Amino acid sequence: MNTEKVVVVGNGMVGYKFCEKLLKKDSSRTFEITVIGEEPRPAYDRVHLSEYFTNPNPDHLTMAPVEWYIDNSIALHLGDPVQKIDPSKKCIYTLQGKTFAYDHLVIATGSAAFVPTIPGVEKDGIFVYRTIEDLDLIISYAKKSKIGAVIGGGLLGLEAGKALMDLGLETHVVEFAPRLMPRQLDDTGSETLQTKLESLGIKIHLNKNTSFFDGAASVTALQFADNSRLEVDMVVISAGIKPRDEVAAKAGLEIGPRGGIVVNDALQTSQQNIYAIGECALHRSMIYGLVAPGYEMAEVVADRLTGGQKSFSAFDMSTKLKLIGVDVASFGDAFGSAEGATKICFEHKEKGIYKRLNISADKKHVIGGILVGDAEQYNMLLQMVNNKMVLPEHPEDLILGARGEGKSSGGAGVMQLPDEAVVCSCESVTKGALCLAVEEGNTDIGAIKKCTKAGTGCGGCVPMVNDLIKETLKAQGKVIKNVLCEHFDYSRQELLDLVKVGGLKKYDEILNQHGKGDGCEICKPAVASILASVWNEVILKQDTIQDSNDRYLANLQKGGTYSVVPRIAGGEITPEKLIVIGEVAKKYNLYTKITGGQRIDLFGAPVHLLPDIWEELVNAGFESGHAYGKSLRTVKSCVGSTWCRFGVQDSVSFAIRVEDRYKGIRSPHKVKMGVSGCVRECAEAQAKDFGIIATEKGWNLYVCGNGGAKPQHALLFAQDIDEETCIRYIDLIMMFYIKTAEPLTRTATWLNKMEGGLDYLKQVVIQDSLGINEQLLREMQLLVDTYHCEWKEVVENPELRKRFKTFVNSTDSDAEMAFEPMREMKKPSNWTV
Amino acid sequence: MNSMTTTDILWHRVATVQDIPENGGACALIDGKQIAIYNFTRRGEWYATDNLCPHRQQMILSRGMIGDMQGEPKVACPFHKKTFSLKSGACLSGDNYEIKTYPIKVEDGLIYVGLNV
Repeated sequence: MNTEKVVVVGNGMVGYKFCEKLLKKDSSRTFEITVIGEEPRPAYDRVHLSEYFTNPNPDHLTMAPVEWYIDNSIALHLGDPVQKIDPSKKCIYTLQGKTFAYDHLVIATGSAAFVPTIPGVEKDGIFVYRTIEDLDLIISYAKKSKIGAVIGGGLLGLEAGKALMDLGLETHVVEFAPRLMPRQLDDTGSETLQTKLESLGIKIHLNKNTSFFDGAASVTALQFADNSRLEVDMVVISAGIKPRDEVAAKAGLEIGPRGGIVVNDALQTSQQNIYAIGECALHRSMIYGLVAPGYEMAEVVADRLTGGQKSFSAFDMSTKLKLIGVDVASFGDAFGSAEGATKICFEHKEKGIYKRLNISADKKHVIGGILVGDAEQYNMLLQMVNNKMVLPEHPEDLILGARGEGKSSGGAGVMQLPDEAVVCSCESVTKGALCLAVEEGNTDIGAIKKCTKAGTGCGGCVPMVNDLIKETLKAQGKVIKNVLCEHFDYSRQELLDLVKVGGLKKYDEILNQHGKGDGCEICKPAVASILASVWNEVILKQDTIQDSNDRYLANLQKGGTYSVVPRIAGGEITPEKLIVIGEVAKKYNLYTKITGGQRIDLFGAPVHLLPDIWEELVNAGFESGHAYGKSLRTVKSCVGSTWCRFGVQDSVSFAIRVEDRYKGIRSPHKVKMGVSGCVRECAEAQAKDFGIIATEKGWNLYVCGNGGAKPQHALLFAQDIDEETCIRYIDLIMMFYIKTAEPLTRTATWLNKMEGGLDYLKQVVIQDSLGINEQLLREMQLLVDTYHCEWKEVVENPELRKRFKTFVNSTDSDAEMAFEPMREMKKPSNWTV
Repeated sequence: MNSMTTTDILWHRVATVQDIPENGGACALIDGKQIAIYNFTRRGEWYATDNLCPHRQQMILSRGMIGDMQGEPKVACPFHKKTFSLKSGACLSGDNYEIKTYPIKVEDGLIYVGLNV
């Protein structure tokens, strides 16, 4: 068979993607692919380049390892830039003197950082932000610097700003335009973003034109045209990109007036068998500096080479990203520049949220918009723009969500999209293709990713894909029941009842009677939690159904060691016990840290030493702290009326009583509590699942709060109650939660989803509206009465102790475990990928 | 450690059946290499794979929960719940990773794992 030679110049993201796509389409292996790259390493993910600062291992960013090229018979030639293209001989020549012949040439040389010609730009301490090598230089120079400035307040500039901040520098961002991200944001959007970034410690300077870099050999200051000055130790220039078109230009290919290799809709250059894709290509006077259009270009050329007729048309430049923790999105006609366009805006200064929708002159369609601070609606809005969907009656609902208590915006909107709507723009997967895949039986996100590749690029579309799966199944008439997983067609609540009524105590028994298949990592721990909540037996009787932490009664940490947390009820501890903890930590060389819950965590214990460590702790009177379990963690307290001159009740004694009562009880998720001795609330009890705050007359009980990613204050449940009533209410609410919540649902989410909310919960608990209180109290009492310290059981039971082994056939320690010194202690070596 | 040779793989005796928990795994050290061994009692099957999860390069898979996806036996990494087929080593949770699997056999209550010579 005749093969044709395809040579790809440039091994960046787009060049790599082209190879991937061509391989997929070229099933008969007609093409012999050669890739020539200038950089020393195979293509890596430049979009996530800033992650290199927190994880300085380049492999982490690699698109595919060298083996991938070998496995797919691609000749990969790295570290050698192409010097010359000869279109008449159909050959290219590299710097090292190699010659490669081609039938089809694909230029994917990308772009370089644009460096403005400012006097002094050649000084030491001035960098660009483009490649891993650039980053290495920045990291090493930052070690001797205190203040860093980024020139350029665009997308990449702000990324670079975050990188400088992560390197511990006082960070300044300098922008020529009067606003940040001038191509994506309007003035209000920029102001919102600026306020947010400044609150994080980044100083922003707008309207600043740098006239020269001051300093002798190294840069020491930026001098601006308005005569102001900024003292700096280093500078990163991120003022835009310029296409890498030098070699193409020398070969006589047509180049745009301001750079870029001119291509037609088939992405052919002025030479028919030479294509240009990605940031080096100039398509209808436009350079695309985003990865998604680059991938689409790769798709078009791969399609054309394999006989297809795809063409590239103007690509949507909409973008959504998280900048230093702030969501920013800009889509369609972001500035509403179309004639007659009007806008709807929402601004919440304090929360740092700004949303703008641009509406067409005929008021029928969204044509674009801007989101800062909250970009949850981005995917849906973008779809509405791209598919010219008709506006709802109250278009403001699109950015404000359906309002009113108990209403959620839901995911139903996705079904209104036309089939050709592109849901995953990285991989160009349409809604139609996704729905078809669901109908063909790919009913979870993993299966969908596998068969359509949707969601495998930037991952931004995953929530929308999930909604599509759900809604497609619903549309098929499949009842969307809250089921545990493929092995159980029951919700957690239903299964708990079945377990209780049937007197079932073993996972296999439950699977045989009520489930199918062999179980998985979702139903096993869920059933384990149900069994613990119903029977409260030693969980290690069935150790292999426990989640990672429960299986070894410790918290799995980076590197595969565990951490150990003894219970310190209410945060009260004697000097003797403190000394024991210190001695144990010293003996086993453990890293120690005070936790957020007023206790001490001992890190770095290999699995086989856990029983020895606990033997010493148990002998000194310590019990398991259940830091590893979905169960009560700690009851945080302030010192209260015994010592504090403001305290009105003895919060520590009550906290210890509460912690001792509920310790060890397994629940759908972790439970945290707090007790404060007065209204000053030093125990931060309102951020807990159960918060108790002293009043002159007794206690106020707050319920269902949490910290974490979505903090939520606990709600006042009862006022001025005595200790007994307080305990009774907690018994009832906690047992009701244990019996009715979905797996891994905190009390806050449980209450948010409960129809009737807090009022309903009050009726159940205070008025006993369901008539189940007597039963709930009995069930809770059983759990309290059957408490046992799990670690004491293990320490005293040689059979259980045997399960704590690193190797089944050796007493060696895990030689792969690596630590590094940190201050006066140690830490595990970071993830290596 | 006793070893027996067949054609091109070397069988290593690593443990007794009782050493590996039912429906769970354990790690064996064979010539310095960490191999995860799974006793899938429910299916009456034994499997051996790399102990290394390729996602974050952690030696951990032997401590993962096992189960099945649509009948395909699998193990879930305790760190981030990436799942891998125990039969083929393919990643089942949609990522581009793969682990190696190894032949395993049980004779007279003893477990043998085969590694390429």
